[in-house]
Amino acid sequence: MNARLRALAATAASIPITLLGLVVVTFFIGRVVPIDPVLAVVGDRAPADVVARARVELGLDQPLLAQFWRYLTDILSGRLGRSVMTSNPVWEDIGRFFPATFELATLAILVAAVLGIGLGVLAATRQGSWVDQAVRVFCLAGHSLPIFVLGLVSLLVFYAWLGWLPGPGRQGVAYQDLVEPVTGLLTVDAAIAGDWDAFRDAWWHLIQPAGILAFFSLAYIARMTRAFMLAELGSEYVTTARAKGLSERRIVWRHAFRNTLVPLVTVLFLTYAGLLEGAVLTETIFAWPGIGQYLTVSLLNADMNAVLGATLVVGLIYVALNLLADLLYRLMDPRTR
Amino acid sequence: MTGPTPGSPIADAATATAAVEPIAAGAVPEAVAAAPPPRPSRRDWLLTDAPASRSQAAWGRRYQGWLAFRRNPLAMVGLGTILLMLALILLAPVLATHDPGVQELGNRLAAPSPTHWLGTDELGRDVWSRILYGGRITLGMVVAVVLLVAPLGLLVGCVAGYAGGVWDRVLMRVTDVFLAFPRLILALAFVAAMRPGVESAVLAIALTAWPPYARLARAETLTIRGTDYVAAARMTGASPARVVLRHVLPMCVPSLTVRVTLDMSSIILTAAGLGFLGLGAQPPLPEWGTMIATARRFILEQWWVALMPGIAIFAASLAFNLLGDGLRDVLDPKQR
Repeated sequence: MNARLRALAATAASIPITLLGLVVVTFFIGRVVPIDPVLAVVGDRAPADVVARARVELGLDQPLLAQFWRYLTDILSGRLGRSVMTSNPVWEDIGRFFPATFELATLAILVAAVLGIGLGVLAATRQGSWVDQAVRVFCLAGHSLPIFVLGLVSLLVFYAWLGWLPGPGRQGVAYQDLVEPVTGLLTVDAAIAGDWDAFRDAWWHLIQPAGILAFFSLAYIARMTRAFMLAELGSEYVTTARAKGLSERRIVWRHAFRNTLVPLVTVLFLTYAGLLEGAVLTETIFAWPGIGQYLTVSLLNADMNAVLGATLVVGLIYVALNLLADLLYRLMDPRTR
Repeated sequence: MTGPTPGSPIADAATATAAVEPIAAGAVPEAVAAAPPPRPSRRDWLLTDAPASRSQAAWGRRYQGWLAFRRNPLAMVGLGTILLMLALILLAPVLATHDPGVQELGNRLAAPSPTHWLGTDELGRDVWSRILYGGRITLGMVVAVVLLVAPLGLLVGCVAGYAGGVWDRVLMRVTDVFLAFPRLILALAFVAAMRPGVESAVLAIALTAWPPYARLARAETLTIRGTDYVAAARMTGASPARVVLRHVLPMCVPSLTVRVTLDMSSIILTAAGLGFLGLGAQPPLPEWGTMIATARRFILEQWWVALMPGIAIFAASLAFNLLGDGLRDVLDPKQR
C-alpha cells in the first residue's frame, strides 16, 4: 500500500514539472520567433514613440526571467493574449473551435475502438491464418498511409465521383447557424433542438472525416489488441478453461478478453490523445473549423499568440489524457494495488 | 512466397557492403589456416560451430540473422522496395525524362502519356521527374533527422541510465516535456519559430523525435548496468566514459536500430505532413508533401497529379514499416 501511495505521489509531483516545461517551451518558441511581437501589435508604420510604448506595455524591455514570470502569471490567470487574426482573446477562440475537434475525435475513437478491437481479437484467435496476415497488412497500411492523402482520395471517391457523402465543412450552407449552440457539438445541439434535418446534415458531414481519423488509429488499436490477446490465449488458465470444455467463444470473450481490458484502456486513451495530431491534417482537408485548423491558419498568418495558446492547450489535453490513462491503469489492475 | 523477390542478389550485396567491417581482410586467412586443404565454402565458414576467431563468430551471427530475416517475405519486400527507391533517387538524373523545374505552360495538367509517364502538374512540369527529384528531398530529410537524432538519443539515454541520480532525473524530465506534445504539433510550433523550409523542418522534427530514443536507451542501460561484464570492466579500472562508450552503448544499438527503422515511416509522414501544410519544403521544390499541397486544388479534375506523390509517400513509409517489423523479429525478439 505504501509503495502504491509513493508511486502515485511521484506521478502527481511530476505533473507540475511537466506543465512548467510545457510553458517554458512555448515561451522560448515565442521569443525566438522572427516576427517582432511589437510590430505585430502596432503595425509596421507606427511612429517610433508608439513602438517604444508598446514595447514597455508588452514588458519586452525587461530581463528574460521577468518576462517569463509575466508570461507564467498571465497563463495561470487565463490570459493567453489576443489573436491578431480574429482580434478575439485566444481563450475565446479556442473555446469556440474546440468542440468541433472534440466531436470529431470522439466519434473517431469510438469507431476505431470497436473495429480495432474486433479485428485484433479476430487476428489473435486465428493466429497464422490468412485472416491474421490480412489484418497485419491492413494495420501496416494504416500506419503507413499519409492521412492527408487518404482524406483527399476519400473526398474524390465518395464526394466527387459517387456523391454519397457531402463535401468539406461541418454542415450544409442551408443549415448554417440554424440551431442554437448549447454544447458546440452540432449533432448534440441539433438533437436538443429537435431539428432532425439539421441533425442528419451534421451527421453526414461528420462521417467522412471521423472515418478517416478512425482508420488512422484503428491500426494501432488492432495491433495492440492482437498482441495482448495472444499473450492471454497462451496462458495456463485458458488451457484449463479449454480442458473444462468451455465453448471457444466463452473462453475468448469472458476469460481472455477481460484480462486484456486493463492495458487496452491505456492504449485507447493514448490513441485518443494521438488523434489531436491527426486532427490537424484531417481538419485542413475537410475545412473542419476545429482547433487543428485554427492552429495551422494562425501559423500561416504568423499569429503567434494564437499558435502558442493552441499549442499549450493541446499539450495540456495530451498530458491530462496520459495522466488519466496512467491512473486508470493503476485503479483497474489489481496487481498494482 | 507469392510476391516477387525484389532483387535478393542486390540485397545480398547491400548487406555485405553496408556492414560495419570488411569481411575478407583479416578473418578469412585465419580460418583457412585453421582448416587447411579443403577450403571451406563461405557458407560453412560462416555457420561453423567452432569459430576460429572473434570476427568469424560475429560474422556467423550476422549471417544467421540474415538467414532468419530472409525467411520473412514481407520484410524482404520492404527491403527490396527501399533499395529500389534509393536506386531510383540516386539515378534520378539518368531516369528522369524531363528537367523537374522546366515549365511547359501549353501542356498543363496533362494526363499520363508516353512522353509524360505520370502526367504534368499545374505549370506543365513532368510529374515523374519531379517525384524522382522530390524523393531526394523527402528521403534526404528523413535521413538527416535520423542522423541527428539517433546518436543524440542514444548518448542521452545511456548517460542518464548509467549515471543515475540527478542526471537521470533531469534528463528524463526533459524528455517528459518533449513527449507532452503530439509530435506534429510541436514540430509546427518550432517551424513557426524559425522560417518554413527544409532545414527548419528537419530541425523541428529532430527536436521532437529524440526523446523516445533516449527513453529506450535508458531502459536498456539500466539492465546492462547491473551485468557482470560491466562490473568486470569497472574493476579493471575502466573510466565511466569508456564503460558507456565501449560496453553499454553498443548493446543498445540493435533495439535502437529496430526503433529507428519503424520510426522512419512516421518521420516520413511528419515531413510530408509539414510540407502539405505549407511549412516544410517550399515550392517550387518538388518535395512530395509540398507537391500534394499544390495539386490539391485540382484534385477533383486532375486527381493523378496529387495522387502520384501520395503513392510515393505511402510506398516509402510502408517499406520502412515492413523492414522494421522484420528486423524486430531478428534483432530484438523480446519486443514482439
